[in-house]
Amino acid sequence: MNLQESTVSRYNFEECMKCTVCTVYCPVLQVNPLYPGPKQAGPDGERLRLKDPWFFNKALKYCLNCKRCEVACPSGVGVADLIQSARIRYDHSAPKLRDRILANTDFMGSLARPFAPIVNGVTSLGITKAVLDATLQIDHRRSFPKYSGRSFESWLRRQAARQAAFPEQVAYFHGCYVNYNNPQLGRDLVKVLNALGIGVQLLDKEKCCGIALITNGMSAQATRHARHNLGALRQAVTGRGLKVVMTSSTCALTLRDEYPNLLGVDNGDVRDALTLATRFVYERLENGAKLPFRKDFHRKVAYHVPCHMEKLGWGVFSERLLRKIPGLEFTPLDSACCGISGTYGFKKENYAFSQAIGEPLFAQIRSVNPDVVACDCETCKWQIEMSTPYPVAHPISILAEAIE
Amino acid sequence: MNHNELDVIILGGGITGAGTQRDCALRGLRTLLIERSDIATGATGRNHGLLHSGARYAVNDPESAAECIRENMILRRIASHCVEETDGLFITLPEDDLGYQKTFVEACRRAGIGAQVIDPDEARRLEPSVNPGLVGAVRVPDGSVDPFRLCAANMLDAKLHGGEVRLHTEVTALIREGSAITGVRTRNRQSGEEEEFHAPVIVNACGIWGQHIADLAGVKIGMYPAKGALLVFAHRINNLVINRCRKPANADILVPGDTVCIIGTTSTRIPFEECDRVAATPDEVSLLISEGAKLAPALSSTRILRAYAGVRPLVSADNDPSGRNISRGIVCLDHAQRDGLDGFVTITGGKLMTYRLMAEMATDTVCRKLGVEKACSTATLPLPGSEERSYEAVARKIWEVPSTAQKAAVARMGTGASRIESSKPADKALVCECEEVSVGEVRHAIANQDVSTLTDLRRRTRIGMGTCQGGFCACRAAGLLAQAHGCTQRARTDLCDFLQERWKGSFPIGWGDTLREAEYTQWVYKHVLGL
Repeated sequence: MNLQESTVSRYNFEECMKCTVCTVYCPVLQVNPLYPGPKQAGPDGERLRLKDPWFFNKALKYCLNCKRCEVACPSGVGVADLIQSARIRYDHSAPKLRDRILANTDFMGSLARPFAPIVNGVTSLGITKAVLDATLQIDHRRSFPKYSGRSFESWLRRQAARQAAFPEQVAYFHGCYVNYNNPQLGRDLVKVLNALGIGVQLLDKEKCCGIALITNGMSAQATRHARHNLGALRQAVTGRGLKVVMTSSTCALTLRDEYPNLLGVDNGDVRDALTLATRFVYERLENGAKLPFRKDFHRKVAYHVPCHMEKLGWGVFSERLLRKIPGLEFTPLDSACCGISGTYGFKKENYAFSQAIGEPLFAQIRSVNPDVVACDCETCKWQIEMSTPYPVAHPISILAEAIE
Repeated sequence: MNHNELDVIILGGGITGAGTQRDCALRGLRTLLIERSDIATGATGRNHGLLHSGARYAVNDPESAAECIRENMILRRIASHCVEETDGLFITLPEDDLGYQKTFVEACRRAGIGAQVIDPDEARRLEPSVNPGLVGAVRVPDGSVDPFRLCAANMLDAKLHGGEVRLHTEVTALIREGSAITGVRTRNRQSGEEEEFHAPVIVNACGIWGQHIADLAGVKIGMYPAKGALLVFAHRINNLVINRCRKPANADILVPGDTVCIIGTTSTRIPFEECDRVAATPDEVSLLISEGAKLAPALSSTRILRAYAGVRPLVSADNDPSGRNISRGIVCLDHAQRDGLDGFVTITGGKLMTYRLMAEMATDTVCRKLGVEKACSTATLPLPGSEERSYEAVARKIWEVPSTAQKAAVARMGTGASRIESSKPADKALVCECEEVSVGEVRHAIANQDVSTLTDLRRRTRIGMGTCQGGFCACRAAGLLAQAHGCTQRARTDLCDFLQERWKGSFPIGWGDTLREAEYTQWVYKHVLGL
């Protein structure tokens, strides 16, 4: 008897039982009737697309790639991967200028950084926003993140010798945001790790992880970034024997999962060495390491788990780490998407959907009324700061403030 | 005029009957088609859906091969919305005789089939799912055809030309006057209503069941029931038909059709009494998987949706025990000449591919008997839905930006999709999510295509043919049918029957994800809905 031992399919799409739970968890479907939803766009649509690419539906661009459908799926179907890979395979329309500008975060960062005060001044002007809205369809209600005058990389390079003196070393994939916009977060991480007796090294010329390129239809460029970064990661992991820590949950998801799953770039030899900074620090503390906590620290913190953090399955480490801080009053926020999803919410056509998706989260934050919202994702931070009166900080920054 | 008085009555709602009714109607005859259950329930709906190039028959049956290629080219024109012009490969594997390829290609050329020997590398490039170990490949103009759609389109055209159709109606007796058959007595199997219809000619197009009708007429036709089993895989793994380049054998054709692909078949002689209850056996399933994996290795690990079996309506010609070497040739019997029985014509043998030619032959016979001199036009006149060849062009004409469901509707109905109501949001809601069938499309089928049960609806719209096998669409469709019929009790019984019928096809391959899915459906209907 030849009966099948097991079956396989692309992103497990044939394991879909049509239970529709992904549809319930999709934040877009609740607010945007133009989006067909994860089940239809994913496993259902895949069967039609296999028949004829003509069945590809351009409305798949409304997918946030938040991966909440994958977290919800009880059958292990790579729903969001199916959707993104369909966009990669079948949507051959050239990305708009606007999308190119938004997606090339490191290129734009390197252009803007030397002129940071001017750029920051100009981009925050009402007239600039009006012009960007009218010409590029970047919504005028959005504020661009401020650029920093000095990059994180140049700061860390200057103290390479001091870092090298620590008995233990890690490499840090800082990402575009820390490098160009918020070097303080990088410095906070260095402070925390140094306090644990660990020195921080840069990778050999990291590039943007490429997530914005993937979601904006520039997968070829994203693949080039992935190959480059893999080389840099290998050099650190196998060459220097280091673990690689990250502060951005989205960069972490991209390096860990999107490279092999969407771009076909195998990271099997370095995957286990990739970790989030909060997880790394939490595990050290669990294993007996001590941090010099301040006695006078007091903060009311509401923690938001970014969608990509849920997909990583690592939100628990940030939560546990925050709970370890003496004087920190911790409130977990409900699992919800903030609606920005990187560059998605900046686009004029998505603005209303983006805000509608985030509203339940904003409402809960307002009712908790914290001193600060903690969150591991830079774009969630922008969204929450643009949509509520509360400041948002990375758990590592809060931790850095809580130690001597 | 008494509507019970007609020019010709056609018995059998398979593709032969539907094609014959269309041809007769186009030649101006008043027609009635009678079918004991639904359209395409016999051999018509239980095959590969292969648009044969004829290459399979080229070596052993050149006459059938030549018929196939002619009809193949005609169907591409007249039935474009039922046909996918995929092309096909005949592959030689290391265990096959590569020398056969030459015989095969020469036979194809003699039959008029464009057969082109291609490099194995080229074959792997054209069809990535093909067995990479192949040592030879020939490209032929095979394709796929949706038999349900083809049957429905023929019947629809007959109706547009004044034809009448009675489904779920069985013939209880033939009315005989002297040495002529002059009518039929019928009973509706749902309402029990009995009727009588009269016509100077009755055409027996009942396929394998034609033997029973012949018995009623008091003439003998020896049918040769040969069962064939097939498996439906849950998604397409190939976009070209894949055949083995050797003498026809078991499980050597893999056809991509709609959202699935189908491997088959087997061939087993069965007693006539078993024709109504054939099912795929475990041995057949096992054979189909292992032989199929030789054509495309992915089949051994691709989810299977269903197993089913059909009966070939072959007319016995000799004592060949396998049933494979019998000609698939068309048999058109004028019983006045053969048996001295006037008013009775049997059209049988043949195959899905040659249904139009069979219909033409039967209609020619009918016209000769009635003294009607009008030429056949079915080889050139497109079927309703096929007025435009490319579905992309059709969709563009109807909608600015078609949704996936609208695209799917065009792929199913061709130009007919423009008649689907979609002005209200509720019309656009999906009934079947796997195959993207909207409420509007289901309502259109119920109103225009003689639908009385969910299974009838499935044959016209593909609801319940997708991965969940009715798990989600069945109750929604049952609701729409209940609205249309004004009876919820009937819809409830129908829903149970439909789910039972879906399970029948899943049962022989009930493992893995298909079993999980079936269990899930059972929980929903039995334990949540209390059915």
